[in-house]
Amino acid sequence: MVEPQFRRVARFVSPADRGFAAVVYGGSILFALLILGLFVELVLGSWPSIVAFGPSFIWKSSWDPITSKFGALPMIYGTVVTSFVGIILAAFVGIMAAVFLADFAPRWLATPLSFLIELLAAVPSVVYGLWGLFVLSPFVRTVIGPALQHVLGWTPLFSGPIYGVGLLTAGIILALMIVPTVTAISRDVIAAIPRDLREASMALGSTRWETATRVVLPAARVGIFGACVLALGRALGETIAVTMVIGNRPEISASLFAPSYTLASVIANEFTEATTSIYISALIELGLILFVVSIVVNALARFMIWSVRGSR
Amino acid sequence: MRASLVRCFTTVVVAASLTLPAIAATQLTGAGSSFDYPFFSKAFYIYSAKNPDVTVNYQSIGSGGGIQQFTAKNVDFGATDVPMNAAELARAGQPVLQIPVALGGAAVAYNVPGVSATIRLTRQVLVDIYLGKVLKWNDPQIAKLNHGVNLPDMPIVVVHRSDGSGTSYIFTDFLSRVSAEWKTKVGVGKSVSWPAPSAIGAKGNEGVAGQIRSTPGAIGYVELAYVIENKMPAAILQNRAGKWVGCTPENVAAAAATKPEVSPTNFSITDAAGAGSYPISGYSWVVVYKKPSDATRAKALYDVLSWLVGPQGQSNAKSIDYVPLPVNVQNAASATLRQMQR
Repeated sequence: MVEPQFRRVARFVSPADRGFAAVVYGGSILFALLILGLFVELVLGSWPSIVAFGPSFIWKSSWDPITSKFGALPMIYGTVVTSFVGIILAAFVGIMAAVFLADFAPRWLATPLSFLIELLAAVPSVVYGLWGLFVLSPFVRTVIGPALQHVLGWTPLFSGPIYGVGLLTAGIILALMIVPTVTAISRDVIAAIPRDLREASMALGSTRWETATRVVLPAARVGIFGACVLALGRALGETIAVTMVIGNRPEISASLFAPSYTLASVIANEFTEATTSIYISALIELGLILFVVSIVVNALARFMIWSVRGSR
Repeated sequence: MRASLVRCFTTVVVAASLTLPAIAATQLTGAGSSFDYPFFSKAFYIYSAKNPDVTVNYQSIGSGGGIQQFTAKNVDFGATDVPMNAAELARAGQPVLQIPVALGGAAVAYNVPGVSATIRLTRQVLVDIYLGKVLKWNDPQIAKLNHGVNLPDMPIVVVHRSDGSGTSYIFTDFLSRVSAEWKTKVGVGKSVSWPAPSAIGAKGNEGVAGQIRSTPGAIGYVELAYVIENKMPAAILQNRAGKWVGCTPENVAAAAATKPEVSPTNFSITDAAGAGSYPISGYSWVVVYKKPSDATRAKALYDVLSWLVGPQGQSNAKSIDYVPLPVNVQNAASATLRQMQR
């Protein structure tokens, strides 16, 4: 009842107001149009491929430019698995770091430490890629891989030969790249939790550990989840660093040590030299799939946030 | 529509380069092969130093992109590692001249710990390694070619280019010539489906070289100039004549010299005859319109390119470990170029 009145009062009346309205409306519509235009362009570009291969493009697993047989499944698998390995590692480390920075670290330590973690986000991805190729992948091949295989080799996840490059290495690189996002946002969310909650918990005799895990983190879970979703979005689309350490083999293998391929990597690798029209079209369809996968992941995450909020 | 994304992007890039203030009277633009880029940079820099009224701006965007930009007439010339085929020529809409401009070879580099001698491989063994039939370094087939070399009991990791590349084209062309099985099962191309179970793709020459260095047991093909500059160990191969040849500029040039009548439809010099021929060699090409629309630019373009394929231009190739065209191929290239209307 109050709102309509307020709106009437706040109507844009003077020419300057109208100009301002045009700018803000225009800006927001522009973004919507941009997304829509991107989607339309991707569909148009991949149309020959959609017509030629039909829906089986999504579940076929051959990728042979010579015979023009294209299927996206190995790349979808590689994209999803590397992103999830990345987000699991990054969420664990990132949330721990955020709790420490917000609640435990003394100020003189928290400020430079936050700065350093956020600095990780400023490192160009090709640098991560080079470091991954020359430092991390030999380390995975000689240390991390054999250790994991020694303990967990009986599961298919950690079986088979260790090349150094592969799903696990790509996942670790992604984790490093997205951990600043998780940490920075989670820290702000945790810091925004009212002091009263902490004090009440302490007053009831909780330890700092109990306060952090049973009071602060549950209260901050929606925001932390949002941080993870943002980070996951970056992981799904990351291209160069992943291309350099994934092994670029369009094959599905249960082992995390096996080389794989991601949607973004194929496009980066093959787009410039793709000559036949169906080939280019198939690559654009990979872009379309990546676009859809990103939107679905984001939508799912939004939905989960809403449902968590609703239950409170 | 199908290529409008890439076209939009590269048009912007190329258009941006075109709108830069024109310092020289004539600024020619080209786009394409990244293999040619170091050679072109050096050669065009030297040309402009001698002829200050002409500069050449070359965009290293890949052969496919080069052909597209050339077809869309956004650039004066394109450069490609594989000549334009009939369909691409038809799309160009008017007669195109394709001129061999640079030579390259792919060296077979490896990382076998504990082996200091240079490993020898026959053509057939190399095919079998890439087909995934020879899986270990101490396989009898490799051992019998390398007497006295203590080959380890180590799995072979096959490394290939993950990005579409002319080097992959030359390498798969070579494998197809040697093996009918490769030809039917895999084929020839800038990107193929690699059959070896241990195949790992790495991006660019530097990626393949890095992967080989950091993976014991790895084998892979790398552009000749890159191997020379980085002093990587590379295998000695047996050529068609049965002679053992290393990947050197001389041996690549020898392979090219066996076939002076090279044309855009018959251009392969892999597995060439001749005692000194290195078997994994190939050309890179420049494409121009036979009748360019702008006469002034046509004249400048003709002058630059005829200098480039002549002895003066080619002498720049040698200084940066590229292989100069043999004299008979230089002559053939100049003859083709003279058909250009100017």
